Amino acid sequence: MTKASFPVFGLILAGGTSSRMRRDKATLEYLGKSQLDRAFELMSRHVPKTFVSVRADQAADSRRAQRPLLLDSVGGGGPIVGIRSALAAYPEAAWLVIACDLPFLSDAVLAHLMSARDAAQMATAYRSARDGLPEPLCAIWEPAAAAALQVFQAGGRSCPRQFLIETRAKLLEPLDPRALDNINTPEEYVEALKSLESPSAPRRLQIKIQYYALLREQAGRSEESLDTAAPTPALLYAEIKARHGFSLGREQLKVAVNGEFSDWERTLAAGDSVVFIPPVAGG
Amino acid sequence: MTRLRFVAAPIDTDTARRELQDAGAGGYVSFEGWVRDHNEGLAVTRLEYEAFVDLAVKEGERILDEAMRRFPIKHALCMHRIGALAIGELAVWVGVSAAHRGEAFEACRYIIDEVKHRVPIWKKEHYANGDSGWVNCDRCAAAPRHSDHDDHEHACAKGHAQTSHK
Repeated sequence: MTKASFPVFGLILAGGTSSRMRRDKATLEYLGKSQLDRAFELMSRHVPKTFVSVRADQAADSRRAQRPLLLDSVGGGGPIVGIRSALAAYPEAAWLVIACDLPFLSDAVLAHLMSARDAAQMATAYRSARDGLPEPLCAIWEPAAAAALQVFQAGGRSCPRQFLIETRAKLLEPLDPRALDNINTPEEYVEALKSLESPSAPRRLQIKIQYYALLREQAGRSEESLDTAAPTPALLYAEIKARHGFSLGREQLKVAVNGEFSDWERTLAAGDSVVFIPPVAGG
Repeated sequence: MTRLRFVAAPIDTDTARRELQDAGAGGYVSFEGWVRDHNEGLAVTRLEYEAFVDLAVKEGERILDEAMRRFPIKHALCMHRIGALAIGELAVWVGVSAAHRGEAFEACRYIIDEVKHRVPIWKKEHYANGDSGWVNCDRCAAAPRHSDHDDHEHACAKGHAQTSHK
């Protein structure tokens, strides 16, 4: 991984026309929270600044106006406009871009993307679990992509997926096959609702983490309680490594669960106490 | 009482040594690890030790069990300081008593080596140039794990092999 040179900001794409849904997708609710709020809160756990990308005519919309907005500043249509507008607004930032209509997106998926970021590429993105092609709407877009996207759009094209197929992008294998499933129709919404509200929905666990030595200093705390969807210590470390900017890779650590050394792939249970153990130096 | 103990105050080696006394022991070996004023080319001014005590005590107990099984010794004990230490202070102490000196030396060496490599204890060095760093974490973060042979022991072995009278 190349050392990241630009900070990463978050962009939630919420400027779509929701034509197939026949109602504003940003307002769809899951588990009592709007899609837009869910996406914003999720994003805010991974980046220092998060914006909602909207069309200029949506800026006064009360659902959106509660959040920092990034208005479309280039012409055309589709998500490429939001991505280009963000890159233009903060040329010194890379952007973790997500669509607001990804109800199955999780902390682990964003954390893995952040830790795998290659700032020397135009973008870092997942491959689709369906067809293996790049997923542009859960991806990190680097500043270098700004000029290339402009040329791409000037050539009469607007599909960001096509752009990623043709350009230098780091592509990751999917972490969770349905994480990037988006919701376009009322039927898909009903299915997603059922799935999220059913008992077999991805579990979220309350996990206690204690930090020692270098990790304690980098986290700025000696413990925290975390609500996480990470099912294993390995994915939990991916999540908190991104959040706290830990310099140690997982291969340098050991892990303990409930006061005893543990396997990285152990299934975590609610209330587990986890300690990531940096290289030791007794004596 | 566990046989790997963490103490925040100076280690009382006389008291610790008395716990190892045994009518069947013909010798006693101890190792003392001291805070050294340099490491890997840098002048060290002080150290801090931190431990994940719950697990450290369990892992320490396993190491001492292993030593008792591997070597025919009578008793063994390890004391480790935590907190801030000055140059010259005693950071770790290992004591072993046995019928014969050979196994006491070997067991003592085994215990200190395993403690250094397995027990969740961390050492932060403060340098004369104002920097500080976690040993094996900061400067070695990109490098492979430290090797098993120990080349930066800030210690001075002290073998009190008392003469066996048999």
